Amino acid sequence: MEWEFLLVQALSGLASASSLFVIASGLTIVFGVTRIVNFAHGSFYMLGAYVAVTIVPWLLEFDRSPWLFFAGVLLSALAVGAMGVVMEVLLLRRIYRVPELFQLLATFGVVLIVQDLVLLAWGPVDIPGPRAPGLRHGVDIAGQRFPAYELFLIFVGPAVLGLLWLLMHRTRFGVLIRAATQDREMVGALGVNQAMLFTGTLFLGAALAGLGGALQIPRVSANPQMDLSIITEAFVVTVIGGMGSVPGAFIAAVMIGLLQAFGVLVFPKITLVLVFLLMAAVLVVKPWGLLGRPEAAAGRAVLPEGILDPGRLDGLTRALVVVAVAAVLALPLLDAYAVKVGTEVLILALAAFSLNFLVGNGGIVSFGHAAYFGLGAYGAGLLVVKAGLPMEPALVAAPIAGGLAAALFGFFVVRLSGIYLAMLTLAFAQIAYAVVFQWVDVTGGDNGLVGVWPSRWAASREVYHYMVAAVTIAAIVLLRRVIHAPFGATLRAARDSAQRADAIGVDVRMHRWLGFILAGAAAGLAGGLYAFSKGSIDPTLLGIPMSVDFLSMLLLGGIQSVLGPVAGAAAFHALKDFFLPLTDHWRLFMGLSIIAMVLLFPRGLAGAWASLRRRPA
Amino acid sequence: MQRFTLSRRALGATALAPLAAPAFAQPAPIRIGELNSYARMAAFAVPYRNAMQQAQDAINAAGGVMGGRRIEFVFRDDGSTPGDAVRVADELLTRENVSFLAGTFLSNVGLAVADLANQRKRLFLATEPLTDAITMAQGNRYTWRVRPSTFMQTRMLVEAIRGRNVKRWAIVAPNYEYGQSAAANFKRLLPAAIPGAEIVAEQFPALGRVDAGATVGALGQARPDGIFNVLFGADLTAFVREGNTRGLFERRTVVSLLTGEPEYLIPLGEETPEGWIVTGYPWEQVTGMPAHQAFVDGYRARFNDTPRKGSLLGYVTVQIIAAMLNKAGTLETEAMVDALADLRTDSIVGPVVMRGIDHQGTLGTWVGETTLRGRAGAMKNSRYADGADFMFPPEEVRAARRSA
Repeated sequence: MEWEFLLVQALSGLASASSLFVIASGLTIVFGVTRIVNFAHGSFYMLGAYVAVTIVPWLLEFDRSPWLFFAGVLLSALAVGAMGVVMEVLLLRRIYRVPELFQLLATFGVVLIVQDLVLLAWGPVDIPGPRAPGLRHGVDIAGQRFPAYELFLIFVGPAVLGLLWLLMHRTRFGVLIRAATQDREMVGALGVNQAMLFTGTLFLGAALAGLGGALQIPRVSANPQMDLSIITEAFVVTVIGGMGSVPGAFIAAVMIGLLQAFGVLVFPKITLVLVFLLMAAVLVVKPWGLLGRPEAAAGRAVLPEGILDPGRLDGLTRALVVVAVAAVLALPLLDAYAVKVGTEVLILALAAFSLNFLVGNGGIVSFGHAAYFGLGAYGAGLLVVKAGLPMEPALVAAPIAGGLAAALFGFFVVRLSGIYLAMLTLAFAQIAYAVVFQWVDVTGGDNGLVGVWPSRWAASREVYHYMVAAVTIAAIVLLRRVIHAPFGATLRAARDSAQRADAIGVDVRMHRWLGFILAGAAAGLAGGLYAFSKGSIDPTLLGIPMSVDFLSMLLLGGIQSVLGPVAGAAAFHALKDFFLPLTDHWRLFMGLSIIAMVLLFPRGLAGAWASLRRRPA
Repeated sequence: MQRFTLSRRALGATALAPLAAPAFAQPAPIRIGELNSYARMAAFAVPYRNAMQQAQDAINAAGGVMGGRRIEFVFRDDGSTPGDAVRVADELLTRENVSFLAGTFLSNVGLAVADLANQRKRLFLATEPLTDAITMAQGNRYTWRVRPSTFMQTRMLVEAIRGRNVKRWAIVAPNYEYGQSAAANFKRLLPAAIPGAEIVAEQFPALGRVDAGATVGALGQARPDGIFNVLFGADLTAFVREGNTRGLFERRTVVSLLTGEPEYLIPLGEETPEGWIVTGYPWEQVTGMPAHQAFVDGYRARFNDTPRKGSLLGYVTVQIIAAMLNKAGTLETEAMVDALADLRTDSIVGPVVMRGIDHQGTLGTWVGETTLRGRAGAMKNSRYADGADFMFPPEEVRAARRSA
């Protein structure tokens, strides 16, 4: 290959890197200060593009000058920053004291709401933005034409990096941001007005996302899918760079930009997974990212988020459980569709319960639990479709497939902790997703495989429902037993203080690894049951949305309770089933319900139940 | 509680019915379950639903079907995943008591619902999913597809470049089933149309996440004479802008799937490239089809918008459904399936036959070239390509559907 081409390809990569950095820098700053994994960051990016395609053409009506174009871009960024302030004041401020994972769930609710609001405000048709006046042309570089606007973009990244450095080192606001990133509690103890600091940080973060979106309008049209297409990459950049580190994000963005630009030359289909391979590789070698540091609070005794005391069920709760089980068994008295939904709730309850075994009991926050669910479904489905086996042996294979995948991925995962651990689970889940997606000959690619139906004796909805009820309830009872057993207590000990557990002779990694495998196997079993209830398997079973659904279920239910996630699965699935047929804007209502639940029941349904019980009669 | 109220009301209605019967001798409408990605693919699905309602009202106003029964669509969002769609389909069949199912957009969703239909022995009219599998390898007795498949549309484009002296080809397609199978079909059909043609580069960017600069650079580096594009939507806009600035399309033949459809042409705006050979729907240039003109006028008057390709598909689908119901004369699934076999419908764009051997409709599409009119994209030199001329050869269908 000629060097001229390689040079231009490198410039393309740098232009993408620069855009990515602008967006990711906002995410990393917000995380550093507030410790919130802000899913809504992609929504701010999308809003930036939509605001810009609205006001920039209007400004250009007056005069087609580059200055007005960039004034419009900056205005859009400020407008989006203001939206960030609105989100902070209306929502996040109310939930700083609830478990960190809840904040993630709330921002996910915001994502759903913004998606539908954008559709309502701007319509479903993609809106192309104007090209930047004065930068429409191509520049001749070594005999190849390169867009002038992308040359300009290459300089935006370093410029933003420089401005952020000045802000961080030369202003009081910036010093506070850095201080809060290092040790939030200490900053609070020193009497800094945290509310102002957090509002300001959200403004800065949202404005950077909006700037990133607004700068894209000469390249891509504003479209309603922009938010989710950018958010995973932005997460990857912040994680590789080290959460909270702006220079780290810059280095990571350049790495990813160049890797993409040259990766497509060698493996044209690899774009799906390249960034996640890089992230997994970096995290295995450098557990806190390139420039990240271990959390200052890591050694401090903090109240863990999760199951404190599994305890015994009191009388009324026990009665509630009996009523719930009876209701599940009585569903066939209603109608066929209620049976169908009931079957799905049972399966999702097992998946959510297995996730809480990791999150609530083990402190291992998995963002990629759908991988084990999905691989279980594929394990069972492939045996039926490809090997012609009946349902029974295939269902035995489902937990084995989930468990094996968990053993492989978990081996690396349990070496990390906190948000980096969560991100590594996400990376592995995406790698598994890409394998299933790309390996068309075996898995059927994204079309998936059909014909995964139960054996004849279980073909009717009712019989299958009772079979699922028997299997899932048995699995949940067994997992609950493990939580109460010494093994479960050891996991809790390792969660609360790895050092102390280590000091009394617990092999922390080994226990966590075994716990991870057990949870993966249970999720795999749920996946197998799910496949037979749907008749088909496809990669969406392993996707990020599925993982987010599981997290939502267990958060709605309450991660501090053993049985809460079961209630969460029922509530979440019932909500979705209620809103989906109601309207085109089901995502809006879904998002609003999630936020309402987070605000009303900050400790989940189980937490609300517990405080109701404790209240004097 | 609500269930009892409803049934009590139903009881009351039944009691009153004999009294009212002489005045309103109207039998219950025929309910049809239509599930689609109304939230996630709104740009396609909303114009599609609009036209379905337009057609439903037109048919009901003209006296309905099966000698006076009205048709009524029950619209549902399919959640854009197979898991959600299968549950929604079950809800339509069990709780809404629809007679059969229609719709779906994504191929994996369409295939999952098709298999459910096969399992439950209920009719499913797949309207939009393009994958060849739904009528070929994974086809089943109960699933029929209206829209021309990936293979048919690719074949129309390859016919349009037959015999041209363009030897070196590059392919760019989104990395999922539709893109991959369009690329595979193109590679398969090209040698017969242009002897000695070769593929010199292939790019498969992730759907919705094209890195336009890198992709355009990689394509240009291979120095192709022609480019086969399968990108659409936001990916297409980004690709076209980047390619225009970098001169990728200059002095090259570009062949592009779906680009002429208003759904994808409108967002291109003034960036619309000149002279791409595309499939599409130039609704304002359709001549010699008076019923089509009436459809366009009615659509514009009612929805204050121009029709999209989805609108045409929605309207024709309802016409096919009406023809099927009239022929079957019953809502019994097996009879409806038998009625669909080789059913001929005189649609607003001419006759459409649901071919019996592969359950594929012969609805066609338009092939022409893109051009810029003012600041908006349009098609020129377009002609209607009847789907009947571009179907899979029968022997191939029989080999593929052996298991079905």
